[in-house]
Amino acid sequence: MRRWFDTVHPGLTLVAMAAAIFFVFVYVPTDRDQGIIQRIFYFHVPLAMMTYLSVATVALGSAVYLWRRDRAWDRVAHGAAELGVLFCSLVLITGPIWGKPVWGTWWTWDARLTATLILWLIYAGYLLLRSVAPGEQGARYAAVLGLVGALDIPGINRAVYWLRTIHPAVIQNRDGSTGLADPRMQLAFVVCLIAFALLFAWLLWIRTENLRLQDSVEELRQRALHT
Amino acid sequence: MREILTLVRKDLDVEVRTKETLASLLLLGLLTLLVLSFAFDPTSAMRAEAAPGALWVAVTFAGVLALGRAFLIERENDCLEGLLASPVDRGNIYLAKTLSTFVLMAIAQLGIVPVFVLFFDVEPTPALVGVLAAVMLGVLGLAALGSLLAAIAVRTRAREVLLPLLMLPLIVPAFIAGVRATQDLLAGGSLAAAQPWLGSMLAIDVIFLVVGWLLFGAVVEE
Repeated sequence: MRRWFDTVHPGLTLVAMAAAIFFVFVYVPTDRDQGIIQRIFYFHVPLAMMTYLSVATVALGSAVYLWRRDRAWDRVAHGAAELGVLFCSLVLITGPIWGKPVWGTWWTWDARLTATLILWLIYAGYLLLRSVAPGEQGARYAAVLGLVGALDIPGINRAVYWLRTIHPAVIQNRDGSTGLADPRMQLAFVVCLIAFALLFAWLLWIRTENLRLQDSVEELRQRALHT
Repeated sequence: MREILTLVRKDLDVEVRTKETLASLLLLGLLTLLVLSFAFDPTSAMRAEAAPGALWVAVTFAGVLALGRAFLIERENDCLEGLLASPVDRGNIYLAKTLSTFVLMAIAQLGIVPVFVLFFDVEPTPALVGVLAAVMLGVLGLAALGSLLAAIAVRTRAREVLLPLLMLPLIVPAFIAGVRATQDLLAGGSLAAAQPWLGSMLAIDVIFLVVGWLLFGAVVEE
């Protein structure tokens, strides 16, 4: 796995990202109703999907850590939480850029917007907890929060729909049709999704490696102090 | 079960002797209602619309305060360590803490809800029984989630600020259901109309209780 991430994966991500940019800016036709601004969708939605992938990864890492007590899984959860906050921030930034021309407002208390903001707050809190509770104790606390947070998110998503929504159903409408009429749009979306999935995997790898090195430096320091 | 009741008795004994938690809970709840009533023009229709939200903000803030205190008491003189050293099941410690915090919050709400009715000029109809039921379900959820998170927050460096930061986003589903139930009830709806909301709140409470019961052991282990 190390060899894969040190050699093939970065190149693959680079190519996929370049392709994604080509598809978004050159290949794909402009949306008839929304105009040029609709192109932000090809980044916005994959970023949102990666946010949810991060949340699932945090939950998985947390659960396995509590079960096996293997710090490697804690590092996966930690790295994924950071990526979750990063991707979620980008979702919250790209969304209003699209919303201003199309909805006429930067922000509205729509269900999906509210749910995304709450998700961001939960994982920002998670990172804060990690920074004030170091070591093995902090890992346990964070794992508990990672699990509770992931369990809470379906509830939040349901609850905010009890309020209201105007967010477009992009992937699938209620009648089963998709929001992307043109097959070229669907292709561009898939290319972007692959590019962001590769980026997610790469960043997660780098960050967990980074945390592993931090842990071993700390361990060496402790050992040096005790000899 | 006897373990739980003994622990709850212990918490309530402490409270009967000091009366600190209950007094600060009541005062914070009342102050929140007061401040929020400044935010809305008393003569406008806005006030009636804002009333359910104001009640739930007061309930939530008072709840977060109570939870912070519940575990600070255990921290003093290493009481929690003593508890953990005794042959008591970890899950039972969690349930006892949840129950005793719930009792204190519920008593405080019996004071806060009537003042809310007074301050926000709510019609005293039988629907208020439903509102009180919603509030009770809400504080049960707060106690269940908060007992788990407070056990975490109290043992970190940033304990005062960390608990609300972790709790408020996670309590949102219960909060929204509570506001919706209160809205429906105060708008003249029958208890049956608010039933889906109350059902959702009960479901949330049960989920928090089960999750807290399962995970509390991982929090307090040393």
